[in-house]
Amino acid sequence: MQIYLPIAEISVNLFLLLGLGGIVGLLSGMFGVGGGFLITPLLFFLGIPPVVAVATGANQIVASSISGVLAHLRRKTVDLRMGTVLLIGGLFGAILGIAVFNILRQMGQVDLLVRLCYVLFLGVIGGLMMIESLRSLRRVRGGAPPKRRHHGWVHGLPFKMRFRTSGLYISAIPPLLVGASVGVLAAIMGVGGGFIMVPAMIYLLGMPTKVVVGTSLFQIIFVTAFTTMAHAVTNQSVDMALAVILLIGGVIGAQVGTRLGARLNAEQLRILLAALVLAVCGKLALDLLLRPDELFSLSEPGAV
Amino acid sequence: MAILRFAMVLAVLACLPARAEQVVAGLSQARISINTSFQGSEILVFGAVKREAPIPAGQLDVIITVQGPAVPVTVRRKARRMGIWINTEAVEVDLAPSFYSVSTTAPLDRALNETEDLRHKVSIARAIRAVGVTEDTANLPAFIQALIRIRTEAGLYQTRPGAISLIEDTLFRTGIALPSDLVEGDYLTRIFLTRGGQVIDMHQTTIPVRKVGIERWIFNLAHQRPFIYGLLSLLIAVTAGWGASAVFRYFRA
Repeated sequence: MQIYLPIAEISVNLFLLLGLGGIVGLLSGMFGVGGGFLITPLLFFLGIPPVVAVATGANQIVASSISGVLAHLRRKTVDLRMGTVLLIGGLFGAILGIAVFNILRQMGQVDLLVRLCYVLFLGVIGGLMMIESLRSLRRVRGGAPPKRRHHGWVHGLPFKMRFRTSGLYISAIPPLLVGASVGVLAAIMGVGGGFIMVPAMIYLLGMPTKVVVGTSLFQIIFVTAFTTMAHAVTNQSVDMALAVILLIGGVIGAQVGTRLGARLNAEQLRILLAALVLAVCGKLALDLLLRPDELFSLSEPGAV
Repeated sequence: MAILRFAMVLAVLACLPARAEQVVAGLSQARISINTSFQGSEILVFGAVKREAPIPAGQLDVIITVQGPAVPVTVRRKARRMGIWINTEAVEVDLAPSFYSVSTTAPLDRALNETEDLRHKVSIARAIRAVGVTEDTANLPAFIQALIRIRTEAGLYQTRPGAISLIEDTLFRTGIALPSDLVEGDYLTRIFLTRGGQVIDMHQTTIPVRKVGIERWIFNLAHQRPFIYGLLSLLIAVTAGWGASAVFRYFRA
């Protein structure tokens, strides 16, 4: 069944969109990633203009993140205090990121830089997570208890805060910095930043994996809501009809994903996420390295 | 409305100096409405050649063009730099029709000579205007060809030799398929009558393509009240997220 999208100005299959929304929602609930890094390229593939895909993707992520956060809140796996600190950092980062983005756009090649950013970050994060998870999985099998990392320098910083849900008593500076750097990247790459935030919270802040997902989703809601508004006002590129279809699939997927995530153990969850991140990274890297079928591309002036 | 338009066409034709052959044509649709279930459309163009004298000598051909709103477009070319493929060169095309279809009774180069093509801008290459192109003018033909190739593959540019059936050198008809990703605007339809490659008569009309119903409403809201539109989009997202959560909890309980 085909449906015509008023802003994208294209007719697409309704069930394909529902399925796409569902898969992204599922990942969102399981891993705490917004799915922006996945949904945007998939929408391009369906022929939806990039500007519309980015803006509408953000709107859809708001819905699936709320759905996921509510499920996590009931299980008390959201550290609201940590989320707020990250968000404050993220806000400043986003403002900085938008400025950087505009400078890059004036220099041209912003598209390439975004892609390179993706390949670099996805590759490094995916690789590190995979190695770490496999190592700790082996350790668990070997019978030795997994050790939590302690960062000496992190504990020496001032402005200590108690994050009860995460079981941490650390300085507010590292979460603020993590939030800010994710904010910068989110603005440049046009995503919620969950796939960077989640590993950063696990490995840099030492938060327990179960709390990380809910907290990341909590933070993503606000970042993507901000992005949606910015796109709606400046580019008029949010497609309400497309968003509704995607989010119907997305919210259901997020609920299922949260339950699936609760059944898997932390190590399996991390390995799956690492594999996913590496797969997307590989695809993007191949696009850059292989000779494209069509050397020419068309774009309307003004669009990025 | 259609009758009125037809009457106007006749009035215009009556004012023109008497010609040996004239074209009279009609379309199956006066307008195209884009609604939720829009999947593209087909317009049927039909007509007849009106004569008040015996049939002159020479090959008679009919050419029908349908042209969507013209918009500027940037064509970029990728090249390998330091091992990766990046956009290196770009050409700005001032105006290129978003949709263009040429249907003919015979191959275009036989139905129309070069001079007439230049004057009426019938072929796709002529319909694209690239004035004030940037520094790299030497490569311009390659970029224009790429533009035509990409849009032809997308079904937006169509060259259809022999698609018009002409009966007894008098009646003609053809169906033109419009894809689903149409740009809104007025679509200019031109019907040329040629004899031996020379245009002897031309008839033109426009088909308005407009969004209707909820499509129209969403589009207008997004463009006229972007802030409210953004808030509404967020509200839908929040409600859907909360709703799904509530529904799932209800089923579990």
